[in-house]
Formats: sequence, structure tokens, C-alpha cells
Amino acid sequence: MAEIKNYTLNFGPQHPSAHGVLRLVLELDGEVVERAESHIGLLHRGTEKLFEYKTYFQNIPYFDRFDYVSMMANEHAYALAVEKLLGIEAPERAQYIRVMFAELTRILNHCLWLGAHALDIGAMTVFLYCFREREDIFDYYEAVSGARMHAAYFRPGGVAKDLPEGLLERIKGFTERFPGYVDEYETLLTENRIWKQRTVDVGVVDKEAALAWGFTGPMIRSSGIAWDLRKTQPYDVYDKMDFDIPVGATGDSYDRYLVRVEEMRQSNRIISQCIEWLEQNPGPVTIDDYKLTSPPRDAMKADMESLIHHFKFFAEGYPVKEGEVYAAVEHPKGEFGVYIVSDGSNKPYRMKVRAPGFAHLGALDYMCRGHMIADVVTILGTQDIVFGEVDR
Amino acid sequence: MSLIKRALKTWLLLELLRGMALTGKYLFKKKITVEYPEERTPLSPRFRGLHALRRYENGEERCIACKLCEVVCPALAILIESEERDDGTRRTTRYDIDMSKCIFCGFCQEACPVDAIVETQEFEYATETRANLYYTKDMLLDVGKRYESQIAANIAVDVPRKG
Repeated sequence: MAEIKNYTLNFGPQHPSAHGVLRLVLELDGEVVERAESHIGLLHRGTEKLFEYKTYFQNIPYFDRFDYVSMMANEHAYALAVEKLLGIEAPERAQYIRVMFAELTRILNHCLWLGAHALDIGAMTVFLYCFREREDIFDYYEAVSGARMHAAYFRPGGVAKDLPEGLLERIKGFTERFPGYVDEYETLLTENRIWKQRTVDVGVVDKEAALAWGFTGPMIRSSGIAWDLRKTQPYDVYDKMDFDIPVGATGDSYDRYLVRVEEMRQSNRIISQCIEWLEQNPGPVTIDDYKLTSPPRDAMKADMESLIHHFKFFAEGYPVKEGEVYAAVEHPKGEFGVYIVSDGSNKPYRMKVRAPGFAHLGALDYMCRGHMIADVVTILGTQDIVFGEVDR
Repeated sequence: MSLIKRALKTWLLLELLRGMALTGKYLFKKKITVEYPEERTPLSPRFRGLHALRRYENGEERCIACKLCEVVCPALAILIESEERDDGTRRTTRYDIDMSKCIFCGFCQEACPVDAIVETQEFEYATETRANLYYTKDMLLDVGKRYESQIAANIAVDVPRKG
């Protein structure tokens, strides 16, 4: 009898459902996946090395480009890390603005995830509706920072500029509309039998495995562990916010879908709480230490002292005292952390970014084993992989 | 009872019909898409698009060759050379921005002490070659000339701006 060999299949890097530039080498026994080996690095840009040659201020825009689906959440981790190292705290209004935009970013990310994931496994319509909401949030990004995606808006010590007039009302309108939109997504998917057939009991991860593989964010929550950095180690004003953490029961792909959909609703709740506070409390949005932020424009044009501060700030940045710091945020995908080693100069000596997608992708082989080849797409989609952060 | 309910749900394709009713509803709703390029969505006054070099109302260049934008640019996209003019003022002899390097972070316009380099609302500057994306001083001044009224209006709206 002839020897039966496993079939090895290349999945990607040009495959439309491989989420960017992932290359998977699948070892198949018929249609069943025996092993899934992920090959990464095709989007490696060496950003961490680049940081060592740029001042703390110049590094901000590069953070937008890690996870390019949730830009401001990345900046948030960096701003918090540098603030921790400098021993400063952003003004309260800036903290509320940051929390509001971090949650808008969560909706932005989950909308793309839901749309693209559904599209990957055959549901076209949700994609169109999700992108309608993304368009609204891009408009708020543009109104506040000037860029639709790569905002460079969160700065160590606050935010770049105060909110423009009328923006809060627009976002308020969005928060009122949004729960209805989530209901629409759920009408299309939650009970849908095709959706359930594709996701229920696919890629089950139990509590122990989720911990062992270093899962964070919606991935660990869907396995039944209520771990959320916004609750366990609150940063900015999350401790003043009233929201719940959705937790899954079985840890399959369907649970991860439900957890993320519920997170969108909770984010919406946080945003409306922020709007309420922001409407009543005007104030500064950056610290007034001109060694660490640039002085206001009219002051810079009016007096010599401010002009010198302006030139010093933009030309050489600010020295950060020697030390090491780690700051993490609850990124839409999980725990996004920034580790900075400072040698006391104006540039980081070394900066390491902890990307949640990297840890999740590591478990792909574990999650895929024994599943059919079509389920690889489901599992990959459900992990919410974005290559900007995996490869860095 | 629940068994009958479940059987009915399964056989009547209720959830599928509900989904189709939703998409059907949108078929007859007013469309939210716009017919670009004939129609456009509004841009924010803070929009960061193509760069421009501005002049004062009397025609004098604003840029004083302090090179702060060149220093702050994270992507090293700006190249400046300067010389003293006959009237004793310092002005640029070369001001190039490589648009294929630029990451449109807006730090140059934040750094500029005289509002000379600004980012306009123009975003349709696609070209057929990369060489055409290398903007020289004349090209940037030309962009400034074309968009001066828009730039001035946007700066007026967004004052007091921070940074």
C-alpha cells in the first residue's frame, strides 16, 4: 500500500482572509488541520529601533502605526508611560478626553473586526453597516486632530488641542444612535444559523489555556476570566466610570463575538459619561510646564521666554530622568504595554512594545489543531490580528 | 412547548427572514454614500493634507529659515538650505519636502513660529511618478498661493490653538 503523506499548504501572505501579511504553513490530513505554523515578519519596520534615534515627542506619530486600526489606544499607552517616567499627570479634562477617544477607538476597532470577520466567513452585509459607523468616528478623529487615522493627538502631559466647538454634540448624537446600530448587527448575526454553524465550538480555549498562552483583552474574557486593565489597574479616569466587563462562558469563537459586541455597548456607556463631564468642565488640556509641552501659540508669539521654550521643546525635546517604566492600557485587542528604558537623555535608550496580537497569534496552532481548514479563517478572524502590531 | 417553539423557529427561518427584512429596509432608505468626486464630505479646519509655504500680504515670504520644522520632522522629509539676502535678512534658498517620506503628523506646522509651513485641506495630489512627489520651494509657495484664503480662514477658526 502506498504511504499516505500529509499535505502541506501555504496560506498567505497574499490570501484575502489572512489579515494582512500573515503566512501560514498548514499541515493537512485531508481537510483537517494537523499543524498550523505562522510565519511573521513581513511587515517588520524596525520601529522599536527607530525610537532610539528620535526624541520622546517625535515618537508619538509612530505609535499610530502599530495597530493601525486603533490608533489612539496605542498613543494612550505611550503617553501614560512617558508621564509615569516624568512623574507628571495630565489635567483632568485631558484625561476625560483621552478616555472618551480611547473608547471611541474601541468601537472603531471592534467595528472593523466585526465587519471583516463576518466578511471572512461569508456575511457580507455587516461589513457595510460597520463601515458606516467607522466613518462617523473617523470624522471625529479628523475634527479633533486633523487626520482621519494617524492622529498623533495624545501627548505626554495631555492632548494636542482642546476639542473643537460642536464636536461634543456630534459625538453625543452618535452615542444615542449607536445602540440601535449594534442591535442591527445582532439582528444579522447573533441568531443567524449560518453564523452559529461557523463559530460555535470553533477554537475553544478554556481558562487554563487562556492563561497559559498569555491571552489578554476580549480573548481571555471570552474564556470566563474577568480580566480588564480598566478595572484591575485603572489609568486616567477609568476608576470614575461606570461600566461592566462582559465575560464569556465557553471560550469559543461565538463567545468572543458576543463579548466584543457587548464591549461596544459598554464603550458607548463610557463615552456618554465622559461627554456629560466634559460639557460642564472646561479647563486646560495640557500641563503648563513649558519644559515638557510647547507653550500656547499666542504666548509664543508675544514673549521671548515662551519663544525660547518653544524652540527648545521642538528642537531637542525634554530630558527624561534615568529609569525604567512599564505602562499598559486595555487596548481593544488586549493588553498593549510600553516598556521604556531611559538613560537620562532626550531619547529613549530602549523601548519595547508589548503587542497583544503577538501573544494571540502564538496560540493559533493550539486553537487550530483538529479543526477543518475553513475554521482556520474563523479562528484567525476571531483573534483580531493586525500585523502592524504583531511585526512592529 | 419550547420544543414546538424551537421547531417552528427552525422551520420558518425566522432569524434569516429578520435579517433580510433589515437589509430590505435599507434598500428603500436614503443612501448615505456620496458620489465622489462630484460630491464631497466636509473637511475639518484642522485637516492635515498637502503642505504649503505662505507669504505675508505684502508678498514677502514668511519662512525665516529657522529650520525648526526640519529638526522636528520625525520622518526627515524636510531639507532646508539658507543664505543671507542682500537686505540682511535670512531666507531659504532651498526648501524641499519629500511627500513620499512625509507621514503627515503636522509637527512642522506646530513648530513653525511664523505660520509659514502649514498643511492645507488639499489631499488630491496623486502623481504618476515618485519624482513628482518631491516638492521644491517654488511648488510649495505655489500651493500656498492657491490656498491662501482657505488657510487663513482655517487658522482664524482654530485660534486659540495649542501647540
